[in-house]
Amino acid sequence: MPERMHVTDLSVFYGAKDAVKKVTLGFPSNTVNALIGPSGCGKTTFLRALNRMHELTPNTRVTGQVVLDELDIYSADVDPVDIRRRIGMVFQKPNPFPTMSIFDNVVAGLKLAGVRDRSLLETVVERSLRQAALWDEVSDRLRAPGSSLSGGQQQRLCIARALAVEPEVLLMDEPTSALDPASTARIEDLMESLKEQVTIIIVTHNMQQAGRVSDSTAFFLNGELVENGPTDTVFTTPRDKRTEDYITGRFG
Amino acid sequence: MTATRLPQKLSRARRVQNNAAVGLVVLGTVIVLLPLVLISGYLLLQGVSSLNLNFFIQTPKPIGESGGGMGQAIVGSLIMIGLALVIGSLVGIASGIFLSEYSTHWLTRPIRLLSDVLTGVPAIVVGLVIYALLVRPLHSYSGLAGGVALGLIMIPIVVRSSEEVLKLVPTNLREAGLALGLPRWKVITAIVLPAARGGIVTGVMLAVARVSGEAAPLLFTALGTSFWNVNLLKPMAALPLQIYQYAIQPYEDSNRQAWAGSLVLVALILLASIVARLVTRQPRS
Repeated sequence: MPERMHVTDLSVFYGAKDAVKKVTLGFPSNTVNALIGPSGCGKTTFLRALNRMHELTPNTRVTGQVVLDELDIYSADVDPVDIRRRIGMVFQKPNPFPTMSIFDNVVAGLKLAGVRDRSLLETVVERSLRQAALWDEVSDRLRAPGSSLSGGQQQRLCIARALAVEPEVLLMDEPTSALDPASTARIEDLMESLKEQVTIIIVTHNMQQAGRVSDSTAFFLNGELVENGPTDTVFTTPRDKRTEDYITGRFG
Repeated sequence: MTATRLPQKLSRARRVQNNAAVGLVVLGTVIVLLPLVLISGYLLLQGVSSLNLNFFIQTPKPIGESGGGMGQAIVGSLIMIGLALVIGSLVGIASGIFLSEYSTHWLTRPIRLLSDVLTGVPAIVVGLVIYALLVRPLHSYSGLAGGVALGLIMIPIVVRSSEEVLKLVPTNLREAGLALGLPRWKVITAIVLPAARGGIVTGVMLAVARVSGEAAPLLFTALGTSFWNVNLLKPMAALPLQIYQYAIQPYEDSNRQAWAGSLVLVALILLASIVARLVTRQPRS
């Protein structure tokens, strides 16, 4: 399977502290890749370095290479704005834009980039909301504020918003940790169908979730990549003792 | 539930303490509201009786003569406050955005310091500065100079309030915008600013209210006039100046008009605040 993203020797520093240490990892196209590990192990930092989101945090520095379809996203002539357009992100807490309607939330990425074509926007709204399995619930009230939805619906709205700009990769930072089990299940189902269009990289604290949704799993500990492989293998026959301890719930 | 009930004695003591605390809070609130009620009540009492149509459409009669009005001062105040509003909110909100959104920039510290210092500069000093910068070079007192002086006083108030309000906008909204591949300025103007709109407007209106009543910075800038004037380059009247002039006259009719002017001034500020709130209200369903 061709790789959509490849990370080579990536280290991320907060000041002098290295939160991610020389991680090398590949993400094949059309797969769901889980990043697991205890709190503070650097998996979220790693994720945010994949679309240069960490640059918003002062005093961060990155070494190594992140390649998206042969483009080194850290090379000097690359604009992070273009990278983020191709690598979307869904956050831990649902964060719809509070002043915008459901419709405007979904097409915010297009509208604010200057797309004015009404029929195109309508098409994108329906397509994205269908992809995010939210269309049937909101199609009759697209003008309502995005913040009027329930938490689970808001998170699917955020997924629809990320999908609307047609990214190649979708980063998900514990997307279900603030949601109830029913909403979590819906979003997990969603990932299965979404991987036909995007490559998904998801950080999760939920072992069962990683097992259910992902094709491959990478286990992080203290900023290092301990183990990485097909999810079945990592969960049933881990190579490293630390992975086994974590997965079986002995720590973390 | 009987098991968790407090002993009778303790329970009574707590009730008394609670009532005492509530009583103190209510008392404090009343004390705070009292001056407001007294001022507006007295103003209404004194001002309403002197208000008539002429007050709005006529200019002052020669000192000592009855009748006339403050039409030119109302118009002058509106013009200069409008000018101050433009200067104060443009510069103030822009600086607030800079301080809040680019907080790691090395210029934020000096700007914040300067803005704080400006807050402490007496209004009359601002008037003198504008006298030196605008009135002397242009060889005339003017509405322009008055408006600029008022705008200058507004700036630090607007800077601080908009910075604080913008900082309250959750970081995850900015991240959500950036993650969509939007440039930073777009995220700020289309996502962060609208989310903070209500608070920013409140801050601007507070600053407007503050400068609307200023007479000191207008003394050497707008100067005041008894004639109609909408020319920004000529001396312009303002309500606070006119109120001051009339309040110190030994004539009862002048004093009554000063009260009427005060009432109109307060009413104008109230009206402006209400309109600003209505216009910028969040569209909620």
